[in-house]
Amino acid sequence: MQKKEKQKKQLKFIYMSNENKEWPLWEVFIRSKAGLDHKHAGSLHAADAQMAIESARDVYTRRMEGISIWVVESKHIHASNPEEAAAFFDPAQDKIYRHPTFYNLPDELKHM
Amino acid sequence: MEMEIALQKFQQYIDAENKIEAKDWMPEGYRKTLIRQIGQHAHSEIIGMLPEGNWITRAPSLRRKAILLAKVQDEAGHGLYLYCAAETMGVDRDTMTEEMLSGKAKYSSIFNYPTTSWADIGAIGWLVDGAAIVNQVSLQRTSYGPYSRALIRICKEESFHQRQGYEIMLSLAKGTPVQKQMAQDALNRWWAPALMMFGPLDAVSPNTAKSMEWRIKRFTNDELRQRFIDVTVEQIRILGLELPDANIKWNEERGHYDSSELNWDEFWNVVKGNGPCNKERLATRVKAWEDGAWVREAASAYAEKRKTKKAA
Amino acid sequence: MSSITTLKYTLQLADNVLIMGQRLAAWCGKGPVLEQDIALTNISLDQIGQARSLYQYAALIINNMPAADKAHLFNAPLLQEKINNQHTITEDDLAYLRDAWDFRNCLLVEQENGDWAYTVARSFFFDRFQYLLYAALQKSMDSTLAAIAEKSLKEVQYHIKWASEWVIRLGDGTAISKEKMHQALQARWEYTGELFTMNEVEKAAYNAGIGVDVSSLQQAYQQQIEAIVNEASLQMPTAAWMQTGGKNGVHTEHLGYMLAEMQYLQRAYPNMEW
Repeated sequence: MQKKEKQKKQLKFIYMSNENKEWPLWEVFIRSKAGLDHKHAGSLHAADAQMAIESARDVYTRRMEGISIWVVESKHIHASNPEEAAAFFDPAQDKIYRHPTFYNLPDELKHM
Repeated sequence: MEMEIALQKFQQYIDAENKIEAKDWMPEGYRKTLIRQIGQHAHSEIIGMLPEGNWITRAPSLRRKAILLAKVQDEAGHGLYLYCAAETMGVDRDTMTEEMLSGKAKYSSIFNYPTTSWADIGAIGWLVDGAAIVNQVSLQRTSYGPYSRALIRICKEESFHQRQGYEIMLSLAKGTPVQKQMAQDALNRWWAPALMMFGPLDAVSPNTAKSMEWRIKRFTNDELRQRFIDVTVEQIRILGLELPDANIKWNEERGHYDSSELNWDEFWNVVKGNGPCNKERLATRVKAWEDGAWVREAASAYAEKRKTKKAA
Repeated sequence: MSSITTLKYTLQLADNVLIMGQRLAAWCGKGPVLEQDIALTNISLDQIGQARSLYQYAALIINNMPAADKAHLFNAPLLQEKINNQHTITEDDLAYLRDAWDFRNCLLVEQENGDWAYTVARSFFFDRFQYLLYAALQKSMDSTLAAIAEKSLKEVQYHIKWASEWVIRLGDGTAISKEKMHQALQARWEYTGELFTMNEVEKAAYNAGIGVDVSSLQQAYQQQIEAIVNEASLQMPTAAWMQTGGKNGVHTEHLGYMLAEMQYLQRAYPNMEW
């Protein structure tokens, strides 16, 4: 019991001296060679943007997944409110005339 | 009453195979269970780097060295994806690291066993990663979105791990007599511990019922363990090695292989910290963490300086 | 043009990256933070990959050499026996069967990992050299070496970025990191002189048009190193005397231990496939 407490205290000391010094969290977006958009690949910790990009390259493109990397500090990402999802997104569901498949066109018609 | 309704809506939502995302409402028990499970999974990946990492500098060919290095590197990546998934629920990585290093949070007991021969590297890739795959593939459909996505990424990478392990076993089993013996010896030592990776028997597993209800867990311990045994026995035959358990026998009625009861005494003792390598594994990680403190601080300090310079 | 020269030159290049890759691989699972563990491992994998390409080329040269020319290539009995018995030599034979006196890596790469600062310093000094070397080697009249150089150069460009940034981060981080980085640079600087001192093999290779005159790289090296050291707000290290010997098979005590660890399986269970 005593040894564990002592160990915990020692670790606490290290963490306290590290307080507020934890590297921030970054979100990583990668565009593949064949892709058009940057897709969210995951997150990682880095001390600065330069390190974040390089770490993203090391962690998320080992299998040649990417050609372009964006990184954003997680705290700078603003997301839509899931509770408002219905108001935000449902109205689009019934406006199917926005989709090309809604329209009945003759089969012979090409290039459209 | 409100809580009752919220819980009901939540259960219906996940019963319909929807994913819970980070900002969605969730019962406190669900959140706690997930943090514990994802944390354990992440810690396991990190500690798991050590038994195989042991052999990188001693790998018997350059090709094997490169492959092993890539595999262990993947484990680091998996730990990383999982820590990040846990972070979506508000627990930062440093806190999780502290919990593991202090012994408060657990990691998979399998990594408390020693790797004493090169053949162990083959056995681990084949059996340990194999067992992990059985578990992870079923978990991919877990109800928590960030965890599910991390697992999908992990599963994609994991299949190479098992193949490289099996390839090593194949080379040894089809090699010289002493190499075959090495392979057999490794199989004999790692078989039972690999089966124990699926956790205690369903009957004595405290968390399973709730986890199943919340679709965090998709199959029970015993179901997964049986699936693994059935698949692996065939793989042992292909290697031409002897079965590591004399009681393994096909049961026509059940449609599965029967096998010996596991040594649950050993299981609980290793979980408690009395395994062959528990202390060393943790000590290695504690040392790496402590030795690295000044490095992490320096990088943060430098980043701060840059920010101040930019603002000026 | 002697294929022995090409062989020896190639082995020298291969030994450098193998030993360096081996050193970095030892960090796996022990880095200060997960992301950096992965970064270092990537660098190690690149270097082991370069080593493999070079050893494979060296093996090819040996296998195509007339018996008389290769009768006394190495001091290693098992390896020389294989060669004399007309066995097909592989990359692994070259990596696992030679003892320290047959290795021609520079002393810098066999220095210990130490702490993060020492590892960064070693990479900082070595990778910058590799960058200049490979850039020049692309023009080699030996098309295989030129191709390997071109591919490796891309990898090394990332390596020098990684190392330089860490020198700057640590040099301009905290007071502790500044001191540690300074000590590390100072401790490893005395191994950099050897990089630019041509040995007989390098001279012969240069004269044959396949190798690089490394002494001509020194000025650019000095400038580039200084630029980063200044940006890190550190002082340029000094050395009263530059250590040499590795390129001629005279190593520090470290290499023996490294090879004992690296080669033990092949030695304990000779002539087996893994």
